[in-house]
Amino acid sequence: MPADIPTNIPVSDVQEHYSHLAEDALVSKTTTINLGPTHPATHGVFQNIVELDGERIVEATPTVGYIHRAFEKIAERRPFYQVQPLTDRLNYCSSPINNIGWQTCFEKLTGITVPKRVDYLRVIIMELARIADHLVCNSVIGVDAGALTPFTYVFQLRESIYEIYEEICGSRLTTNIGRFGGFERNFNETAWQKIHRFIEVFPKVQKEFESLLTRNRIFMERCQGAGPITPEMALAYSVTGPNLRAAGVDYDVRVASPYCSYQDFDFAIPVGSTGDVYDRFQVRNAEMWESHSIIKQAVEKLKDLDPNIYHADVPEYYLPEKPDVYTKMEALIYHFKIIMGETEIPAGEVYHAVEGGNGELGYYLISDGGRTPYRLHFRRPCFIYYQIFPEIIKGGLLSDAVLTMSSLNLIAGELDG
Amino acid sequence: MARPVTHNPHPKVPQMPQGVMGEGFMATKLSEVVGLARKNSIWPLPFATSCCGIEFMATMGANYDLARFGSERMGFTPRQCDLLMVMGTIAKKMAPVVKQVYLQMAEPRWVIAVGACACSGGIFDSYSVLQGIDQIIPVDVYVPGCPPRPEGIIEGVMRIQDLIGTESLRRRSSDQYQSLLESYGIQ
Amino acid sequence: MTTPEILPENTAAAPPSANAVLQQQLQDSFGDSLQGFEESYGLLTAVVTNTDSLRLLQHLYDMYGFQFLTDIAAVHYPERAGEELCVVYHLHNLPENKRLRVKTYVPSDKPDVFTATQLFPGANWMERETYDYFGVNFVGHPNLRRILNVDEMDYFPMRKEFPMEDPTRRDKDDEMFGRGGSF
Repeated sequence: MPADIPTNIPVSDVQEHYSHLAEDALVSKTTTINLGPTHPATHGVFQNIVELDGERIVEATPTVGYIHRAFEKIAERRPFYQVQPLTDRLNYCSSPINNIGWQTCFEKLTGITVPKRVDYLRVIIMELARIADHLVCNSVIGVDAGALTPFTYVFQLRESIYEIYEEICGSRLTTNIGRFGGFERNFNETAWQKIHRFIEVFPKVQKEFESLLTRNRIFMERCQGAGPITPEMALAYSVTGPNLRAAGVDYDVRVASPYCSYQDFDFAIPVGSTGDVYDRFQVRNAEMWESHSIIKQAVEKLKDLDPNIYHADVPEYYLPEKPDVYTKMEALIYHFKIIMGETEIPAGEVYHAVEGGNGELGYYLISDGGRTPYRLHFRRPCFIYYQIFPEIIKGGLLSDAVLTMSSLNLIAGELDG
Repeated sequence: MARPVTHNPHPKVPQMPQGVMGEGFMATKLSEVVGLARKNSIWPLPFATSCCGIEFMATMGANYDLARFGSERMGFTPRQCDLLMVMGTIAKKMAPVVKQVYLQMAEPRWVIAVGACACSGGIFDSYSVLQGIDQIIPVDVYVPGCPPRPEGIIEGVMRIQDLIGTESLRRRSSDQYQSLLESYGIQ
Repeated sequence: MTTPEILPENTAAAPPSANAVLQQQLQDSFGDSLQGFEESYGLLTAVVTNTDSLRLLQHLYDMYGFQFLTDIAAVHYPERAGEELCVVYHLHNLPENKRLRVKTYVPSDKPDVFTATQLFPGANWMERETYDYFGVNFVGHPNLRRILNVDEMDYFPMRKEFPMEDPTRRDKDDEMFGRGGSF
């Protein structure tokens, strides 16, 4: 025994010190701990104050708003075409879906009909974005379960999607892809090569990714039964997207109210049964395969269409190409009218929804005929379904809560508006 | 026939500090040795809030690999980290947290503001967004872009390396530095 | 998969039969508390008084299967005296794939609307967000606090009279940054 430990403490002192234990020695006490807003296991900025009984969660209180950026207020001050960069930054893992959702919303308001080729090009881009989104989410589930390798592996595949975006619009993450009525330029030869290459490479990488995790005993034990969502609960809490489908409800906006000619494609809606982390993981994997098949179908369909059409003929909404603005009178006039807000925008109210990376992304647009939206409300799917999080982690382990959070595909920028 | 190049034709030579070199010894300034050691073993603390965080993930990924620059280990505890990388929009609700994280870091510490939002508020000129993190903490390097490309983020880290490599050992105790901190209300 | 092709021009013309039926039935059972109907872009909108909004939602939930709350939003119309704030519910009948919009107008000095949290647990945060933005007072809400903004905020930023920018800002306050203009 080291000499410096005192051994001559009076017994009465010790008894007094532990007196509270003597009275009710078996009283159980919960511990309150704070997770976030900066915590390695919270992707983005989420704060949860968790009541723990041992390692089990008794109560969780989430706080959000740490990255509230006031999209809706800014959108009221921006001309319609300038709202599009804002939508990029909602769910930044799949920006093109947000962009195209906003374009189709505006097209619904103004009654623009876009050519089939534009629809199919959009479908290709949106499905690429869906794959990119699901890749991040699924690989991050792996990271939180302790498997870093799949993450670094699929990020290379994601880079190839970024390269396709870059070829089409010049940007990687916040794409601002396309314009009202179509795309700002046609897909070039390199873009097509990269898309074909992606179609070729994807099955190989995805199979490898799945073989690393899907039947991995450790991963299965961690994920199965963690954070389950029942279908009743999912519907009551307005959960949408892969999380709803993992719970067993086959609601997909692409099928329920098709946009961008999704009705021309043949694809399945994968559904889960228990709604736990493993089901969500599997549903996303299956959706990536469906997206891959949709891209292939779209490429096939495009072969029959005129390859020079990439936007609708709506000069009053579609910004003319820059060389035309410099050389052609008509293009200059339209350019001026669009930029100065002189075009007639119909007044009206539109609710338009697209299937975003993590659920039904809705745009509730009220136009009073002015150059800016009178009111634009984004139905941000993960803001709505994050409220289910404290319910589904109750009674589970703290480490499962971390896994559950990453499997819900929460994007802070979208959640906090 | 020319052989395919299988080795790196431009190896990165460690930046040798200036000094007198002889057989088995080298005499140089302590500050340069310390700078050399520090700049090649930065522990970054990623403070990723939004879009730039995803680009940072790409920077950490296999294609760009920030680990080549001595930043292999991501520290998620501020106490152990040298470089605070603020990536993404910092809302006013988040500002005290950023400052708290900065205060918890030990000197010497550096800050890099990645992306337009962290630099200046970016496109979010709104009531809820802090217009640049330099309103609450001192910033060493600003990386522009919305979001910056991974190359941009790596460039920012390299500029930080330059700063660290040439920093005087007395800078952190100088009056000028103290008054800088005081202007942010940090003692 | 055989989903009917929906083109923008016939969305306005195709569904009114179903919408008209629903409109008539609602009119019969609610009478005067339904202030009117609108239909825009194929989506039927029922306007209801704020005292009867919850009753209508309950009725739609029980009788017509609108059991999925898509969204709650509010709109501020400063020029409409006495009904400045409009709370908008988007409902969805998933089995029949029908959507419906319900609106209720309230004055901005007494913006009381009954909460829908008993009916849809998911309305909780949507209502908190609406309160945060517009100050709509959801009567009976279990936890009506600010959700996105800081708790100390003393105004409702999405109302039209408040500027987009932080009013206390000193920098960037010149015309070069687009301030002081009309947009």
